[in-house]
Amino acid sequence: MTVISEWIIGTLILLGALLCLIASIGVLRLPDVYTRNHAASKGATLGVMSLLLGVFLYFLLIQGHFNSRVLLGIVFVFITSPVAGHLIMRAAFNTKIPLWENSVQNDLQKKRDSEKKFNEN
Amino acid sequence: MKRTNLKTNDLILQTVVKVVFFIIFIYSVYIFFAGHYTPGGGFVGGLMTSSAIVLLLLAYDVKTVASVIPVNFLKVAAAGLLVALGTGLASFLYGVPFLTHAHGPVHLPVFGEVEVASATAFDLGVYMVVVGVTMTIIQTIGETE
Repeated sequence: MTVISEWIIGTLILLGALLCLIASIGVLRLPDVYTRNHAASKGATLGVMSLLLGVFLYFLLIQGHFNSRVLLGIVFVFITSPVAGHLIMRAAFNTKIPLWENSVQNDLQKKRDSEKKFNEN
Repeated sequence: MKRTNLKTNDLILQTVVKVVFFIIFIYSVYIFFAGHYTPGGGFVGGLMTSSAIVLLLLAYDVKTVASVIPVNFLKVAAAGLLVALGTGLASFLYGVPFLTHAHGPVHLPVFGEVEVASATAFDLGVYMVVVGVTMTIIQTIGETE
């Protein structure tokens, strides 16, 4: 039992650390704000969540202590981190940060332009 | 905050804040009561409560938040100081020095036998002062143009 739970906990913690590392590599390597934010908010959210799940299972299975604060932390990160990413992204778009030069689709700008034209008429 | 002419749609932020506010607030109450035996207490609990209210201020404007929480935070700070002073003065009733605290098992109507420390009342004063002062500072800075 202890050996199996040690393997599960170790896998979860290493997976979380790996996902955080991949997210930070994505922030360094990707070309513009939007793709970087995409990597940071998605990768770091899942990474931190699996790290916290590993911590929770460690205290539950090895130490025999149910730590509900860590579970609340998992829920909290899952709710708030994507919203933070959305708000940063929207602030960047509203201050007219350009997309990567090879991007082909910008539906929100099209929608904004058509609304502007509609308001002028 | 100065409004830009760009029409912003805050639906996602406002919906999430409605949920997250209660998580932060309940956690701050937990931190406040856990302060006697584990890390926490009045100061961190008060800061966390005021950060929950600041989150409401970020998502909604000052008038909406003032109508939801109709509290004069300066009076909260003053009441907190009075509570803290009162717990110190209450020790004179038992003929012991100022701010002497007692603790022991007390029978409460709903909870049954509970270990109650009178230092919790002093901590409640600290909590109210921290919430009152933080919110007064933030509202005073936020309202000036």
